[in-house]
Formats: sequence, structure tokens, C-alpha cells
Amino acid sequence: MTHHIHPAAELLSANFPDEVTQISEFRGDTTVTIKPGRIREICTFLRDNPETLFKYCSVVAGIDYYPASPRFAVVYNLYSHKDHSRLTLKAFLTDDVAPVIDSVTPVWNGADWHERETFDMYGIRFQGHPNLKRILLPESWAGFPLRKEYPQRGQ
Amino acid sequence: MDNLLRMPRTETMVINVGPQHPSTHGVLRVLVELDGELILRAEPDIGYLHRGIEKLCENRTYHQCLPLMNRVDYLAGEVNNLGFCLAVEKLLGIEVPKRAQYIRVMIAEFTRIASHTFWLGTHAHDLGAMTPLFYGFREREKILDLCEMVSGGRMFPLYFRVGGLAADLPEGFIPKAWEFVNEFPEKWKDYDNLLTENIIWKERTVGVGVMTAEEALNWGWSGPMARGSGVDWDLRRDRPYSSYEDFDFEVPLGTKEGDTYSRYLVRMQEMLQSNRIIRQVLEKLPPGEVKVSDPRISLPPKEQVYSDISALINHFLLIKEGVTPPKGEVYQAIEAPKGEFGIYLVSDGTGQPVRVKIRAPSFVNLSAMNRLAQGRLLADMIALIGTMDIVLADVDR
Repeated sequence: MTHHIHPAAELLSANFPDEVTQISEFRGDTTVTIKPGRIREICTFLRDNPETLFKYCSVVAGIDYYPASPRFAVVYNLYSHKDHSRLTLKAFLTDDVAPVIDSVTPVWNGADWHERETFDMYGIRFQGHPNLKRILLPESWAGFPLRKEYPQRGQ
Repeated sequence: MDNLLRMPRTETMVINVGPQHPSTHGVLRVLVELDGELILRAEPDIGYLHRGIEKLCENRTYHQCLPLMNRVDYLAGEVNNLGFCLAVEKLLGIEVPKRAQYIRVMIAEFTRIASHTFWLGTHAHDLGAMTPLFYGFREREKILDLCEMVSGGRMFPLYFRVGGLAADLPEGFIPKAWEFVNEFPEKWKDYDNLLTENIIWKERTVGVGVMTAEEALNWGWSGPMARGSGVDWDLRRDRPYSSYEDFDFEVPLGTKEGDTYSRYLVRMQEMLQSNRIIRQVLEKLPPGEVKVSDPRISLPPKEQVYSDISALINHFLLIKEGVTPPKGEVYQAIEAPKGEFGIYLVSDGTGQPVRVKIRAPSFVNLSAMNRLAQGRLLADMIALIGTMDIVLADVDR
């Protein structure tokens, strides 16, 4: 396993200097923390740039860092078949009450259901998603179960 | 006269397939809009088997998560545990002993064969071929017997632990495993003879559910689904974990057409490759420990717990507080029978995870349902559900 920063991180900070806020490496995973504003542009860049070619999005996941603020983050794990490397993108959402970020479904179709699930579980809205509605829980469900204030059992 | 001139009024029909339908492999509901027999839209409605495993994990120690992980994809229970254990071990920054790694590979490959025989049986059964189901279950039963030998559990062996294995292989396991490995290629021919050149099977699968390589990746397809479209990619080979780099195996690509038949060929060949890997494990299995010797991770031997106070305290602490990985976040993916199974793990340095995101292959594969079904006949949808090899527990988690 390679224990160095993924070259795509440097590429991102060169091309989006105002967006990248942190680059970190832990156990061989490179995580690039970015501002949420231009997420779709950044993802399209990573997918189409011949040096990165992240044509495959493994997962889109929400995280609740309560009681920290900003509490919500969305992480994207990308895979490049060019050199079989992985990159994690992470965006902290500025609004703790009504978290929102642009959808990356137009970039990767595979993100569609991941984003719906993240909306379902955290109430994070994905702007520009073609069909943003609950996926695992019924439409009538109240609350977002994976938020930390949501109880584990009973109500 | 007016009536004769008026065009007949047509309208589309929306029907419900599932959630209780034999071909939906569990509780999948698909809303299908039909124009005659032609599918205009097929929208899967999932969540009937949602158990909130990700939420449940947040209030448990890492070891307590393992029984839940078994039940994510219940046809390949131990593979999910492999992914989870590897993720926690990555957080901890440890590697388990070689013998444990090899045994993990062996159990994972056995599970892959079991999962694929189940897929073959049900997929063929859905399309009208009854016999492969019986042949497939004959071999699957033997694998479940082997799983029962290592830990007592058949579908949910719960044999892997963070830091290694629960125990070494029991006596008599190796000869039994050899028996399976030696006879499986012969048994495999039974499935092959029944289906591969079968004209009915080909009519139902060739050209159905075509996906190009580029599109397959864009839809997040991995594993046999992507390889059926000609994507030459296998995480076991390209990002090896648990010593997969020590074994020789090929990555079959089917006919590369990206249709149901191609995916059938891929999975068929994968069974033989898995068998080949197991053979190499049995030949090369090194002696030694099966768990790391770190007392903060592995439980002390049971005899010591009863006689030695420090071992007792150690045991108590590990059960009560669990392993405590450092603060950090990792993503660990493995090649599960159905595709990429990944765990995104967030630790705050305590004994309980902050976030466990399960990237389940069935969930992602199924999301392309509408794309595959549009413009096909309703009967093709049954082939599509089969070829996606979904397990609803894996979809809903």
C-alpha cells in the first residue's frame, strides 16, 4: 500500500486554489477537504482530466460530526482505473440546520442512489438531483435517523 | 359512423412487481409502466428490509458490529466481515498473521462459490430452468458444512475477528476442503452442460441488459457486473488485500458484450478461479498464529482467563470497551461476490465507531434497473433482476 499523498490532490490545489482547504493522508488514504460550492465542477474535472480519470465513484456518504460545527460533511470516494488509486473528497456543509450541496449525479449516475440515501438519513439536500426523495424509508417518515440526535431505539 | 373513424384509445399501464414475488429475490418492489408488454419505466422501490445496520453500529463496539455485518449480504456473510475487519485493522494500522490471511482468503473464496451457485440456481430458475438450482445447492450445501466446521454457523459463520480469526481451523477441515476442491471442477461441468450452449438460455440472455464498459463504471458497477461489460478490473488483483497477491488467478471477462449472457459466463468462470485460489491456499497454508498477539486487540486464551488475573482483566476490558482505534477515517473496499463491498469508517478514538458507511454492491448495481429495463419486454426484467445478483438485505442494509 502506498503511503504518500495522491498526485490528484496537488492537481486540485493548483486548479482550484480557493476551494481546497486541507489535504491529509491517513493509513494510505488521501483526503482532500474542499468547500462545497463548486463540488460538481471539481468532480467533473477529476473525472475528465487525463491525469486523474476518476471515472468511478465508489460511494457518497454523509457524516454527522455533532457537536462540532459545521456538523455535516459529505464524503466521496473515487477510484481511477488508470493507476488503480483512490481519492477521498470531503466537503463540510456550511448550514447546520438545512444542509445543502450540489448533486454529482450528472457526473456519475452511480451517485444517484447514494445521494438519495444520504438525503433520507441526514436530510442533506442535493441540488440538481433528478429525483431527490426518500429511498429506504417511507415518504411519510419524520426525522432523519442517522443524525446523532435521533435515538437508537424507541421514541 | 363517428365510432368507426375514431382511433382506438391506448394508455399505458402501471403494474406492481413484488414486494412478494418469487422472482424478486426477496422483498424488491418494482413499479413498472408498460405499453403492452414493453417497459417504459421500471422504478425499484426498496427499503422493505432496511434494518438500520449503519445506525446500530454506532452504538456498539467494533466486535459487536461483526454479527450485523454478517447479515448485510447474507449469501456471502463472511465476506462482509472480511471487509469490516480489514477496515478496522486499517484504522488500527495492523496486519494479521499470514496464516490468518490465507484462511480468510480461503473462506472468502468458498463463500464466493456458494454465493455464485445460489445466483446461478435462482437466475436459471427464474428463466425456466429448474435443474441448475438443485445442482448448485448440492455444492453450496458442502460449503455451508465447511463453514459449520470452522465456527458452528452455516450462513453466518462469524469466524473472522478484528486482528485475525476466532480460532484455528478445526481438525478434519483440510481433508474436507481438499475433497471439495478436487471434485468441484467436475461438478461445475453439470451447470455448464445445462446452460452454456442451451438455446433457450441463450435466447433469454444474449443481448438482454446491455451495458457498455464506460457506462458500467459511470453507474458505479463493479465486480462481475463490470467485468461482464469488459472492464478488466478486480480489486483482488489491482488493490490486493489479505495476501491475494500471493495467488495466481485470472480475471474472466465473458464475451465483453455487456449482456446478461456475458455476465453469466463471467460468474461461471469465477467459480473455477475461486476454486483455483482455494487449492493454492491449501497447498501453501503456512503454520503459525491466527491472531495478532497485541493484548489491546486479541482476547487472551480462555484457559488463561480462568487462571491468571491479568488475563482476566484484559479479557474484561476488551469485551467491555472493545478495541480502540486512533482518531481517523479510512475507506476499505474488497471484492465481494457481487462487486465492490466497501466500508467507510470514522473513529473518534473511542471503542465505538462514529460512522460506519456500508457501500453495498447490490445497492449500486440495482440503481441501473430503469436504464437496463427501458424498451425491453416485461419478461426480460426477470432476467435483469437475476443477472444483477441482488440480495435485498445487501440493498437495504
